[in-house]
Amino acid sequence: MILVQMVGITKRFPGVLANDQVNLELHSGEIHGLLGENGAGKTTLMNILFGLYQPEEGQILLRGQPVRLLSPADAIRSGIGMVHQHFKLVPPFSVTENIILGLEGSTLIDMKAAQRQVAETAGQYGLKIDPAAQVQQLSVGEQQRVEIVSSLFRGAEVLILDEPTAVLTPQEAESLAVGLKKMAEQGKVIVFISHKLDEVLKLTDRVTVLRAGRVVFSGMTKDTDKASLVRQMIGREYTALKGEQAAVVLALAGAQDTIPAEEPPPASGAPAGGGRQAEPARSRRLLEVIDLHVTDERGLDAVRGVSFEVCSGEVLGVAGVDGNGQRELVEAIVRLRKLNSGKVVLNREDTAHWNMRSFIDHHTAYIPDDRQNDGLILGFDLSRNATLKVFERPPFARRRLVDRRAVDRFTRGLMEAFDVRAPGPQVKAGTLSGGNQQKLVLARELSQAPRLIIANKPTRGLDIGAAAYIHRKLLDERDRGAGILLVSADLEEILLLSSRILVMYNGRSMGILETRSASIQTLGLMMAGTPLADLKAPEAGS
Amino acid sequence: MNTDLISLGFIVGLLSATVRLAVPILFAALGETFTERSGILNLGLEGVMLVGALSGFVAAYLTGSLWAGVLAALLSGILMGLLMGFMSVTAKVNQVVAGLGITILGSGLSTLLFRLFFGLRSTPPTIDTFPSLPIPLLSRIPVLGEVFFNHNILVYLALALVGVAWLVLYRTRFGLAVRAVGERPDAVDTRGLSVSRLRYVAVLIGCGLAAIGGAYLPLANLGIFWTQMTAGRGFIAVAVVVFARWDPLRAFWGSLVFGGAIALQLALQTLRVPIPSELLLMLPYIATILVLVSVSRRAEFPGAFAMPYTRGEK
Amino acid sequence: MTSTARTVETRPGINWQGLWKNFYRAALSLVISLLVGALLLLASGRNPLSAYQSLFYGAFGSVDRFAETLVKATPLLLIAISVSISFRCQVWNIGAEGQVILGAIASTWVALTFQGLPPFLLLALAFIAGTLAGAAWGLIAGLLKAYAQANEVITTSMLNYIAVYLLAFLVHGPMMDPQGFNFPQSPLIEKALELPRLVAGTRLNVAFVVALVMVGAALLFWRSTLGQRTEIVGASRRVAGQVGLSVAATIAVVTALSGALAGIAGWGEIFGLHFRLIEEIARGMGSLGVVVALLGELHPVGMLVSAFLFASLVVGGNAMERNAGVPFALVDVIQGCIILLILARASFFKKDSS
Repeated sequence: MILVQMVGITKRFPGVLANDQVNLELHSGEIHGLLGENGAGKTTLMNILFGLYQPEEGQILLRGQPVRLLSPADAIRSGIGMVHQHFKLVPPFSVTENIILGLEGSTLIDMKAAQRQVAETAGQYGLKIDPAAQVQQLSVGEQQRVEIVSSLFRGAEVLILDEPTAVLTPQEAESLAVGLKKMAEQGKVIVFISHKLDEVLKLTDRVTVLRAGRVVFSGMTKDTDKASLVRQMIGREYTALKGEQAAVVLALAGAQDTIPAEEPPPASGAPAGGGRQAEPARSRRLLEVIDLHVTDERGLDAVRGVSFEVCSGEVLGVAGVDGNGQRELVEAIVRLRKLNSGKVVLNREDTAHWNMRSFIDHHTAYIPDDRQNDGLILGFDLSRNATLKVFERPPFARRRLVDRRAVDRFTRGLMEAFDVRAPGPQVKAGTLSGGNQQKLVLARELSQAPRLIIANKPTRGLDIGAAAYIHRKLLDERDRGAGILLVSADLEEILLLSSRILVMYNGRSMGILETRSASIQTLGLMMAGTPLADLKAPEAGS
Repeated sequence: MNTDLISLGFIVGLLSATVRLAVPILFAALGETFTERSGILNLGLEGVMLVGALSGFVAAYLTGSLWAGVLAALLSGILMGLLMGFMSVTAKVNQVVAGLGITILGSGLSTLLFRLFFGLRSTPPTIDTFPSLPIPLLSRIPVLGEVFFNHNILVYLALALVGVAWLVLYRTRFGLAVRAVGERPDAVDTRGLSVSRLRYVAVLIGCGLAAIGGAYLPLANLGIFWTQMTAGRGFIAVAVVVFARWDPLRAFWGSLVFGGAIALQLALQTLRVPIPSELLLMLPYIATILVLVSVSRRAEFPGAFAMPYTRGEK
Repeated sequence: MTSTARTVETRPGINWQGLWKNFYRAALSLVISLLVGALLLLASGRNPLSAYQSLFYGAFGSVDRFAETLVKATPLLLIAISVSISFRCQVWNIGAEGQVILGAIASTWVALTFQGLPPFLLLALAFIAGTLAGAAWGLIAGLLKAYAQANEVITTSMLNYIAVYLLAFLVHGPMMDPQGFNFPQSPLIEKALELPRLVAGTRLNVAFVVALVMVGAALLFWRSTLGQRTEIVGASRRVAGQVGLSVAATIAVVTALSGALAGIAGWGEIFGLHFRLIEEIARGMGSLGVVVALLGELHPVGMLVSAFLFASLVVGGNAMERNAGVPFALVDVIQGCIILLILARASFFKKDSS
């Protein structure tokens, strides 16, 4: 039975047509895969179904009747539930408190009864949760189960899961699949948003592929295969499968590390072992990190004993699924975060009593991953942003007074050199596009001829042109003799730029390998938790 | 120093005064607990308490009914709460500045209205305060009976409110939602509840209770009104809430600490301790600073504290 | 690809358009508040026109009145500048009243204790003492915020009350004038220490010039490296940390500077106006100063105008009470309305703090 129909859905955002006349049919009892690249419009479409957005055109029909879903409340009432990528749970609350939050009932809560009901619902679908546990103590997989039970508890007939396995280990993904199948057997509709081909092929009954906001394929999963799905997802133009997650799953599924043969060979920078030719010979050890331990804000161990070194003239890439301690690692190195134990040695100097200022004074550049909140002050003009680290020194300040003209002149020069497109240095940084903002941050950091550059996801959210520009600048610095510590969630970027790669998983280093000898398969396995040492051991049977 | 006066009776009197003097702060602190739990910082309590004190006094004076005064105070508190709610939730103004504005406004308004109503007189207008209502049987218990069960009705109301606040906050769906919206407003939003409505209600509760707390001073304690009579209690209440880690029971104990400081200062004056009265008057304020400093560093504020919420912000 | 951006030459200088916009908004707030006041007057059966007329003449009607307005503006201006330094760093220091008191106490004490010294030296010492005392009082709250995360609104308010009681204690006790008939006041300072009058027959004195100088100093401050640091910390603590600035040290310096300015206001009130320590020395100046600062958009020149405006309200209001029988508290209401309107103009303070 067709439970949900989305007809002719069109959604526009400023400058972007997110959904373009999208039609979708959901049958009860099916697991429906919604496939597409990042930005294809999958999440937007489901946000519309969940009442978070309203479409400009189109209709939604529930059991043949048109409905208007103006808010999540409407959607929930109509039996639609959604589990987001970033869970909407209140960490200090218990599982049951989270689930009954917002539900109508007696004014006074009967916690015992509620816990019983929660356990019942969970058991109905074979989902194991402890109704009394505190959510912030749970693992990611358990938290996701809480989210699912929360929707089921509200009588959801349609359950939308947004990239559910992005944060799960393979085992957790397995048990999730089992749970989802059980729900489908009981007549629920599961919408499984993903860009992981193998999962979608394994799990779903029907699949719809979106590309650039349009539906390019919709049909039974058994009638299609990986090759054709990939082709649908990325279209006739060559675009390497982006994102480390795609690589991980491809690797795990034993996929080849090149695009299907019909496509023309890559124009530049192939996914494996690429980058510029002729790296200069690595010289002195620049940065040494020894057995670093860092705890995060919640007191959990984010970094558990990581050691590595960066030499001048090389790029060390830190790869890994987001959230495995990379951010805490780099922040702790420059003391933006307290380090629990371990040593950081810069140019043979022990940095034990240093703070961020000391690193800056010792020619360290730091490019933060959040340019809008950490890198720039959006309300300030470009000049002030460009000189945030240097405004107290001559020639920008004479006798403690800031020389506006010198600052402006400097900024104009930077804008020229780094292709920052804006009317002038007096405009506010908030008016710049993401790419130009990042270029400004880069310009500021590189303008002081740094010896060590720490770049945390430097091309996040940027278009290809801006990203390529930044890559080029970073490699220029490397050629100039700087050492670069590059953190990125984009495996292709890591492979393109790094001479060596360190993979992080769960706060630990899974190993460091030369890019030359790294395959996507190896990296994928390391990112999923297998140390390099184990991979090198001969395999006894597959 | 006159040590003859120190006796059991004196100590009991001191403790009893502690409870009495804690009440205005307790009302405001209980209210502010809800407000801050919902994620709103209301620094306008001082102004709200003054407006409450004035409204209560004027209403009681005009009608002769003390309960009319309480009601008037409550209403004035709700009006101020609507204003604060509008600025914090709807207009999303910086909450510190909004609170300061409310304090200044409330302070000026209470002064103005007092002068407009009563003009300048040689003898200030007075009212009869709430009489003492000893609770039968319980008030006979030695020590405890005098300390807790021999007060006026508003004191009992405040004490009862502690339990009610605890119950509402931790055992009702509404309380659950309030606590949630201060931690993760997006989680509340996605479950179909209105973040704005919850926060408005929390601010109204906060200001309503604070206004009653302010009204307590003329209606139950002193019988007169003078400008700036709350003398900083609104700010002390905010400190108590931090000290209490946003829990009603601990807010009760925190309020007693300050009630005790004020009572102690009065007691020391009676004993003619060789410390000048002005220095003794500093006690509650110094205590507030010390208490605040001791708890602030490790304080775990609600996750979304003083941050305006808009849907769609990740 | 070479840069094709055509840079528009914007000369550094005064942004006239922005200034006009700010002035226009502030003026509008004032006009609306006056209208509200007028409505209140009408409601209570009084004539707004005659009330406002006596208000206006009370402030500007003669050289004498005008000078009096400037006299009242002096401390307001200094306090507003003090507040603006803290506020632009997102440090909500409302302790001006206490800092003024400490400045007054310290400078008076120095003047009374070292009476043998040559007047000019003594005056300078008293000035320094007042400045340092105000700075120290502000610094207490600053350090508590920087190193113990103690909310500065609460700590500075508490310090205000403590300062008031300290003053009361001193003028009722150790610093009381033995020939004063038990009035709570200190002895008079030496005649030679009194700040010279600017206009004969009025109370307008050199302290006003000091306040004007501080406006210039403030303008210079915001262009200095310290001022820039203050603004960066105020705009974003996260970015400030990223670029190596010490947020804690900046907070401490800012509160000390604010306190110093307020302390100077205290010195000015004693040596220019009252010539002795009295209990009313700083009454109400704290919140008035905050409003003046906000109405002046935290900009030195804006606050100069706004201080003048408020001073005229106060001076005119007193006259209005005497001549038209309208309670002075109407000025409080106008003040409150202005605050509301400032707050309603949410755009300035829209971004959440810290």
